[in-house]
Amino acid sequence: MSEAIVYWLQQALNAFQLGSIYALIALGYTMVYGILTMINFAHGDVFMIGAFFCFLLSSMLGLSFIPTLLLTMLGTAFLGVMIERLAYKPLRQAPKVSAIITALGVGMFLENFTLALAPYPKQVPLLLENVTWDVYGISISSIQIVIISLSLLLMLLLDYIVQRTSIGMAMRAISWDKTFVPLMGIPVDLIISITFAIGAGLAGAAGTMYALAYPVIDPYMGVMVGWKAFICAVVGGIGNIRGAMIGAFILGTVEIMVVAFLPSTFRDFVAFTLLMLLIMIRPYGILGKPRIQKV
Amino acid sequence: MSVLLIKQWNSLLENDWLVPVLLTLGFGLSFAIPEYNLFSVYVQLIMMYIGINIILAVSLNLVNGYMGEFSLAHAGFMAVGAYSSVLLTMKVLPVADYPLLFPCAVFIGGVVAALLGMIIAVPSFKVRGDYLAIITLAFLMIVKSMIENIDFMGGPRGIPGIMKLTTMPWVFFWTATLVWIVRNFVFSKYGRAVMAIREDEIASDLMSVDTKKVKFFAFMLSSFCAGIAGALFAHLLQFISPRIFDITKSTDILIMVYLGGIASLGGSILGATIYTVLLEILRPSTMAALLSWLPSFMFDPLQAHLITHLGTWRMVIMPLALIMVMLYWPRGIMGLREFRGFIPRAHKQAHHHN
Repeated sequence: MSEAIVYWLQQALNAFQLGSIYALIALGYTMVYGILTMINFAHGDVFMIGAFFCFLLSSMLGLSFIPTLLLTMLGTAFLGVMIERLAYKPLRQAPKVSAIITALGVGMFLENFTLALAPYPKQVPLLLENVTWDVYGISISSIQIVIISLSLLLMLLLDYIVQRTSIGMAMRAISWDKTFVPLMGIPVDLIISITFAIGAGLAGAAGTMYALAYPVIDPYMGVMVGWKAFICAVVGGIGNIRGAMIGAFILGTVEIMVVAFLPSTFRDFVAFTLLMLLIMIRPYGILGKPRIQKV
Repeated sequence: MSVLLIKQWNSLLENDWLVPVLLTLGFGLSFAIPEYNLFSVYVQLIMMYIGINIILAVSLNLVNGYMGEFSLAHAGFMAVGAYSSVLLTMKVLPVADYPLLFPCAVFIGGVVAALLGMIIAVPSFKVRGDYLAIITLAFLMIVKSMIENIDFMGGPRGIPGIMKLTTMPWVFFWTATLVWIVRNFVFSKYGRAVMAIREDEIASDLMSVDTKKVKFFAFMLSSFCAGIAGALFAHLLQFISPRIFDITKSTDILIMVYLGGIASLGGSILGATIYTVLLEILRPSTMAALLSWLPSFMFDPLQAHLITHLGTWRMVIMPLALIMVMLYWPRGIMGLREFRGFIPRAHKQAHHHN
C-alpha cells in the first residue's frame, strides 16, 4: 500500500481508539440529560475516579484485567448512584441552575479529595501484555483492539438495554414525559438511579481503558476528557444515545487530524470552537430533534 | 429598649447622607491604611482581594442573578481584561512616569472585555439555559487556549514581573464606582427589563421589552466589570498565566454569588467578603495564628493533626460548603433582599404604599 494510505489508516485507527473512550463517557452525559434534562458536570470526575479505582485494584490488590474492570465499573456505578441521591435528588424541584452548581461542586470535591489523598500522579501497572502487530505497515496494538472491541460491546449492550428491555422502555418513557409516567406505575426514582448507575459504570470502564492506554493518571485528568466527552454528546444531539456515539467518533477524528496538521496545543481550541459553532447553528446536534418551547 | 434601637437603626439607614458619608470615610481610610500601616501588609492584601472579588461577584450576579442566565465565562473576561491591561502597562504606556495612566489601562482592559462580552450576548438571543452555559464555557476555553498559543502574550508560561500598580485607593475607587454603576443599572428601566427576562423571556418580549438590546447591555456591563477586576487582579498579583483564569476561577465567583444570594448587590458584597476571608482563614498559617491563644495542651495536638493538613483539605472543604449551601440554603444569605442603602428612595416609597 502507498505510504499516504497507510498514514491515513493509522490515524483513523488512533481516532477510533480515542473516539471509543469519549463515547463511553459521552453516553453517561447523554443518558442523564435525556432523563433529567440536567447536565451532570461531575461525570468527567467519575471517569477519573474510575481510573483511580483501577489503579487501586491493580496495584494494591494485584487483580488482573477482567476483575479490575468489573469491580471498577461496580464501584463507579455505586458512586454515581450516591452522587444522585445525595446531591441532585433534593434539588429536583429547584431551579435548574442549582443543580448545575451542585454538580460543579461535586466535581471539584471529587478532584480535590483525590488530590488530597494522592498528591502525585500515579503509574497504573500494565494490566495486559501489549503486543504490537504490523499489518501492511499499520501498527495495531493489542490494547487498541481491547479498547475498541470492549467499548463497542458495551455500547451494543447499552443499546439493547435501552431499546429492548422494560427498564430501557421506562427510561425512554421518563425522558418523554415526567408528569404522567409515575401515574402509570413506573418507579421514577429507581429508574433514575439505574440510569446514573449505568452511566457511571460506563465512565468507570472508560477510566480503566484510559489507564490502559495512558497509564499515568492524576486527579485533574477527568476535567478535560469530561468536557470533550460532553462536546461529543452535544455534537450528536444531547439526550440521544446513538448520537453520542457518532459525536464521539467525529470528535476523535477531528482531534487526531488537528494534531496531525497543527501544533498539538491547538487541539482544545479547535474542539471548543467546533462546539460553540455547532450550538449556535444547530443546537440540537446531528441526531437530536429541536425542543419546541411552549408558552 | 431594643425596639427603640431598631427604630433608630432603621431611621439611620433611611438617611440620604449615610451612603455618601460611608463612601468618603472608606475612601479616606483606603489612603490612610497603607500610609500609616493601620493593618499588616497581609491584611491589606486581603482587603484588596476582597474589593476585586466584590467587583467580580456583582458582575456575575448581573448575568446569573438578575438576568437568570448562566455564565461560566467570567474568568475569560477577567483574563481578557488582565492581559490587555498588562500588555498596555508593560509595553505601550509609560506608566512609571505617569501613574495616572494606570486607570486608563484598567479602563481599556474593561472595554476590551466588554467587546468580547458582546460576542457572548449574540448567541444568548437564540440559546438559553444549559446551552448558553456551554457556550460561555466554550468561550472560556477558547480564550484560554488562544492565550496559550500566542507567544507574544507569554504563552502557557504567562507573564511575570508585572508592576505592582494596584493600590488600596484604586481598588476602593473601582469597587465603589462599579457597584454604583451596576446599582443604577439594576434600578433603572433596563434593570426591570433584565428581571422581566429572568421571569419569562417570551412574555417580556410580548410586553415590548427589547430583549436583545437589554441582553446586550447587561452582558457588556457585566464583562466590563469582570475585565476591570482582571486588570486590578493582574497588577496586584504581579503574575498572570492562562492557568489562573480557568474554570476554577469561574466556580469561585459562582460560589460568592450564590453564597451571598442571587439578585442582591448586598448579597454579592457579603458573599465575596465572607468567601475571601474564609479561604484565608482556612490557610494553615492563618489558622495557627488565630488559635495561638489556646493553652498549649489544646493547641499542640491541633497543630500536629489538623492545622498542618489544612492546606490540602482546604479545597475539599470549599466545594462541600458550596453543595451544602445549594442544598440547605439555596437563596443564600440575603435571599433576594437588598441593603436598604442601595434601594433608591422612589422604590422605598412605592413599597410603603403597598
